[in-house]
Amino acid sequence: MLHGGSFFKKRPHWPPEAKMKNFKEIVIISGKGGTGKTTITASLADIIPDKIVADADVDAANLYILLKPGNIRDKDFTGKSKAEINKDLCTNCNLCRELCRFHAVEFNNGHYRVDPYSCEGCGLCKIACPAQAIEMKDQVVGKWFVSDTEFGNFVYARLIPGAENSGSLVTMVRFQAKMAAVKKDIKTILIDGPPGIGCPVTASITGVDLAIIVTEPTYSGISDLERVFDLTTHFKVKSGIVINRFDINPGNTKKVESFAKENGVPVFAKIPHSQCIMEEIAKSSLPSRKCKPLARAIEKIYEQIKNELL
Amino acid sequence: MYIAVASGKGGTGKTLVSTSLALSAKEYRCTYVDLDVEEPNGAIFLAPEIREEIPFTLQVPEIDENICTFCETCAKSCLFNAISIIPPVKKAMFFPDLCHSCGVCAYVCPVDGALKEVAREIGKIRIGRSGNITFIEGRLQVGQLSGVPLIKGIINDYMDMESLFIVDSSPGTSCPVVESLKKSDYVILVTEPNPFGLNDLKLTVELVKELGKDAGIIVNKDDGKSTIIDEFSREVNIPVILEIPYSIDIQKAYSNGIPLVVSMPETAEKFKAIIKMISRRP
Repeated sequence: MLHGGSFFKKRPHWPPEAKMKNFKEIVIISGKGGTGKTTITASLADIIPDKIVADADVDAANLYILLKPGNIRDKDFTGKSKAEINKDLCTNCNLCRELCRFHAVEFNNGHYRVDPYSCEGCGLCKIACPAQAIEMKDQVVGKWFVSDTEFGNFVYARLIPGAENSGSLVTMVRFQAKMAAVKKDIKTILIDGPPGIGCPVTASITGVDLAIIVTEPTYSGISDLERVFDLTTHFKVKSGIVINRFDINPGNTKKVESFAKENGVPVFAKIPHSQCIMEEIAKSSLPSRKCKPLARAIEKIYEQIKNELL
Repeated sequence: MYIAVASGKGGTGKTLVSTSLALSAKEYRCTYVDLDVEEPNGAIFLAPEIREEIPFTLQVPEIDENICTFCETCAKSCLFNAISIIPPVKKAMFFPDLCHSCGVCAYVCPVDGALKEVAREIGKIRIGRSGNITFIEGRLQVGQLSGVPLIKGIINDYMDMESLFIVDSSPGTSCPVVESLKKSDYVILVTEPNPFGLNDLKLTVELVKELGKDAGIIVNKDDGKSTIIDEFSREVNIPVILEIPYSIDIQKAYSNGIPLVVSMPETAEKFKAIIKMISRRP
C-alpha cells in the first residue's frame, strides 16, 4: 500500500516520530540542462551501497530508462485545484473575467469558461461570483511511482504535459524516498534533480546534505552554473562541482575551476567527453559499466561524497 | 509570426537553433525573445547591445499591523498559505516566496487601509539590438520560484508589434513552456537521437498536440546511425525539418559562444529555408 495521499496533504513535512534523520540526502543539479545529471546519478547508484534513488525531474523524468524499474506501484497526484464555472448558474455578469489577474476566464459562444492552462487556482473568481457559480475542482497533475531496481528502491514521478510544476510533486517524490529510507534503515538518498533554478529545483534541494552541481565548460554552462550556485548559497546547501566533457574546452574548464576556488567549492571530478558514453546511452545501458574514464570519475565523486558527509 | 523553439530534454540545442534562426532571418524584421527566464543564454550568442533594463514586478500584499484587526480573513482565503496571522501577539506575516500575486487577500480584507498591494521585483526584462535583430530577454531573479508571470508579462506587453518572433523557451513541458507556446504559430521541437531525447520529445509532442500547434522536429547531435526519431516522427506525423550532425567542432564553437551559422556558415541557408517554409504554410 502506498503511503501518501491525505497523510501528505495534512503535513507535507517530515513526521515528528522520525525526528532523527538517519540518512543523508544528495541531490544532483545543474542549472543548464543536458550536462549529464541523469547519467551521473545512475552511475553513482551503481556503486553506492545501501541507498534509495529518486528522480525529482518530474517534468522530463529519464532516470527510469537507465534503472529499469520493476514491481512498479503508482498513485495519482493531485495538484492545485482550478476554477470551474457552472454554466447553469452563471448569469454572464463578467465580474470573474474582469477580476482574474491571469486572464484565465474566456467568453466564447455566449458562455464563460475557465482556461485550465491559465488558471492559477487562487479562488478569487469563486469568492467574487455573485451567483456562486464557480467551484474549485481538484486536478490530477501527474503520477508518482515506487519501484524496485537492481540498485534498490527507486521513486519517480511523471507530470502530465502542460501541468503546473510547482514543486509539490517533487516534494512528494522526496517524501516517499525518505519514508522508504526510514522503513528500511537506509543511509543514503540519491536524488536526480531538475534543470533550471525555479520552484522544482528549490523543492529538490531544500534540506539536502550535499548538492552536486554538474556543469560543462561552455559559456552557457558557466552562466547557468553561477545562477544555480547562487541558489544553493541562498538555501545554505553545501555543494560540489563536477565538470562534464571538460576536455572540449580546457580554457573554459579553467574558468570553472577558478570560479570554484573563488567560492570555496570543491571540484569533485572532471569527466572527459567520450563516444563510449553516447553509445551506451543509445542502448539505454549504464555507461559507467563500460566506459573506464567515466567509471574512474564516479569513484572519485563517491570518495568526495564520503569526505564531505563524514 | 511567432515561432517557438522547445524541447522536453534540456541541452538538446534550443538556444543553438533559435539564435541560428534569428541570425538567418536577415530579410525579416526579426525579434529574438529569450523566455528561458531561469537560465537565459541567447545573449551569449547574439551579443546584443542592451538599451533598456526594466524591472519586472508583481503586486504583493503589505499589511499595516497598526490598522489590521487580525481577523485572519486574508490568511484563511489565501490558497497558497502565503499569509500567517497570529492574533495573540498581533503579528501578520507574509511569505513572498509563496505569493502568487492573485489579489484575493486585497479583495477580502474587510478593514480599510489594513492591507495594500505593493510592487515586488521578481526579475528583469532586458531589451536591445544585435545587428538588425531586436533582442528581448527575461531574467528571473535567483530565488524566485516561478518565471511564469515574467514570461506572461513579456508576451503580453513586449510582443505586440509586427515582427518575426523567434522565441527560445525553457526545457520541459510544464507551465513555463505552455506559456511560451500558447500564442505561437509554429513550434520547432529540438531533440537528440537517443532514448532520453525520444522520451522527452514524446512528452512535448503530447503538449503540442494538446495546444493544437503546427510543429516540426530538428534532430541535433545526429550521428547518422539512429533511426528512433525518424520512426517516431512518422508515427506522430510531425516532420523532421532538419538534422544537425554530431560534431566536436560545433560543440567547441558553441562552448565559446559562437553561433552555429558563424562556425558553419553553410547552415545559414538551411535555417533560412526553414523560416520560408514556416511562413508559407496556409
